[in-house]
Amino acid sequence: MQARAPLLELKGVTKTFGGLRVLDDLDFSVAEGEIVSVIGPNGAGKTTLFNVITGVYPPDAGAILLDERSIVGLEPHEITKRGLARTFQTLRLFLNMTVKENVMAAAYGHTRAGVLRTVLRTPGMRREEREINGLAEECLAFFGERLVGYRFDQPAYSLSYANRRRLEIARATATRPRMLLLDEPAAGMNPVETHEMTELIGRLREEGGYTVLVIEHDMHVVEGISDRVVALDHGVTIAEGTFEEVATDPRVVEAYLGTSATESR
Amino acid sequence: MAGKRQNPDEITPRIGADEWVGREQELRLARRGVTGWARSLVERIPAVVWLAVFLGIAALLPLLMNTGDLNRYGLNVAIFALLALGLNVAVGWTGLLDLGYVAFFGFGAYTYALLSSPHCFTDTACGVHWPGWATVPIAVAATALLGLLVGLPSRRLSGDYLAIVTLFFAQLFLTVAANGDRVSALGLTGGVNLTGGPNGVPEVDPIEIFFIRPTTVEAYYFFTLAALVVVAAVLWFLIRSRTGRAWTSLREDELAAELMGMPVNSLKLLAFSIGAGIAGLAGAILAAEQTGVFPGNFDLSILITIYAMVILGGAGSMPGVVLGAIVITVVFEVLSPTTNPDKISLMFYGAILVALLVKVRPLWRLAFVLGGTVLLGYVTHTIAHAISASATQGQVVSGGWLGDAIESIAVVPLDPGDWPKYAYVALIVAVLALTRLDGWRRTLLMPPTLVLTVFVWENLLLLQPTVTRFILFGALLVVMVAVRPQGLLGKPRVEIV
Repeated sequence: MQARAPLLELKGVTKTFGGLRVLDDLDFSVAEGEIVSVIGPNGAGKTTLFNVITGVYPPDAGAILLDERSIVGLEPHEITKRGLARTFQTLRLFLNMTVKENVMAAAYGHTRAGVLRTVLRTPGMRREEREINGLAEECLAFFGERLVGYRFDQPAYSLSYANRRRLEIARATATRPRMLLLDEPAAGMNPVETHEMTELIGRLREEGGYTVLVIEHDMHVVEGISDRVVALDHGVTIAEGTFEEVATDPRVVEAYLGTSATESR
Repeated sequence: MAGKRQNPDEITPRIGADEWVGREQELRLARRGVTGWARSLVERIPAVVWLAVFLGIAALLPLLMNTGDLNRYGLNVAIFALLALGLNVAVGWTGLLDLGYVAFFGFGAYTYALLSSPHCFTDTACGVHWPGWATVPIAVAATALLGLLVGLPSRRLSGDYLAIVTLFFAQLFLTVAANGDRVSALGLTGGVNLTGGPNGVPEVDPIEIFFIRPTTVEAYYFFTLAALVVVAAVLWFLIRSRTGRAWTSLREDELAAELMGMPVNSLKLLAFSIGAGIAGLAGAILAAEQTGVFPGNFDLSILITIYAMVILGGAGSMPGVVLGAIVITVVFEVLSPTTNPDKISLMFYGAILVALLVKVRPLWRLAFVLGGTVLLGYVTHTIAHAISASATQGQVVSGGWLGDAIESIAVVPLDPGDWPKYAYVALIVAVLALTRLDGWRRTLLMPPTLVLTVFVWENLLLLQPTVTRFILFGALLVVMVAVRPQGLLGKPRVEIV
């Protein structure tokens, strides 16, 4: 364990919807360069965790620190600018824009050219536009041949499901984040594609240098990528540790499968 | 596959390739024949060429038309094209349903008029006559600022709610404009004549920018055309910039845009404000060109007209909305009651004939419909003549060869009584039935419908041009929206696949 402070830290984060405590006094941290998986049964609060971290909902209580600075109360786009980028479980691409435009749009936060400079076509603005273009091609090239070349100018709705998931990751990396939050990146993929996604997440850290927090249901993926696994149920951490430790933890097994009738009473 | 044509049936799904990509190949191959070839050719012409063609025709327009026509077609189209381009920023690109847009048009016009006319605010404060190089930018900036202010409370609203709030604002503007001739602050001060009330602001100065002082229709036409080119260039660069990409992103998915680092609220305000500024410019030009502003220039029918242009032309497409402005203005002017009825008839029958020739396939069906119509028309004409000679003695309004042709198949009584009204209702029923039927039933119903159409047109519609104008306009819009929901040059949008 390193002595330095974690990149992302949650302290006592609580979120309720009506009377339902979706996140209950949750403590949680991710160190720089780590790949952490969040697992848990449906309704455990995983996606809510992502929504609270990225500012979609404010937490009811608790602190969220990114690099030791609080990000609670910031607008989502400001949080993205600080270095957090995410993908969505239910894909949310800009369907009627081209593949490349999808990625270029995400460069908004770290580019500057305003209306006046755009209309006057200043040299700085043109250079920036070329850089955005280069960045987009670079982000898309990360996925090999799948999203490059003739695909650049195809509308996003024309992509297959697996390619849409890849495009979402490419779009997130174009915000130049320090940390990626991937919400079920392998959902809906076939075994070959799932295997490929497992390798890809590893490459995101090795080659991209991103810290990765991932929600995943596919245990092969979780096993293949995780430095550490966190199991959530009813908004509470029920187990934490290496994949083997968590997968064999009785409480995790119970959360997924329930307890036998003889044991519970 | 240059030179070699592949049979679409031979395309097999390739492993590892997306289904759509496989189909793309098929779709390209499907584009055969003259229309497919023409379409591919048109797509290959660069945008600059289109612009040059457009400007070339536009510049020649004053040579081809007299002043009245230039005002009706040229200048009107140019002003409406400006308005449509501005509305397109909020509606087409950013996806905000801004129903207050016409108020920005009016605000720009009033701002310009009040700063350059003999209008008296009070008994002593009369006649502000600022030069155009100051008033036009002031009108644009003030309207853009107003757009920002209207946008501020609305920025968290979207969809229907935004529409209601902005529609309210448009109505508010109209009310203030029509009643603002004795404005006093809480009844404490004397009345200030802010807007001229129902009389508006007359005797507005021309736009004087240094040595330019347009006073003729022709001069304003070129001035507006220049403004149109500048605005179009600004928007062309904007939509291809990070700002434009952010606008379309938030139209596609607001939450995703926000989470990808785009400040959605400020971007909405910016779109609102830029659109409003363009409307302000159009307003200033209108005020100067017609040397006055009146509340009636900015009522809701103008708003609907601008929306019709954007939707018909293709929301989101700049050439599209300009084309929409051209088509709607021209159609509206052509259908105006002052146009020669023969011309309208010629276009009416011509449009029906062209639609039949293009849309009815296979050829035997086309032959049946055309032949059946002529035959049925001739038979009814003969029968009507046999029953009563006066039943066919009315004057067919359309003259020339068309008149002769229609004469022989139309029943035009001297005194048709109430028959045309019943026939009109029957025609609507027949057209509705046509849309519900298909196959041989539709084919069979077409000749009687066409004969009925001729009867109604000659005996009713042609005699009441003011009403017919709106009926035809409405019919055109309905047909357009049914045939091409994305508009003339718009791209069809895909919501979920």
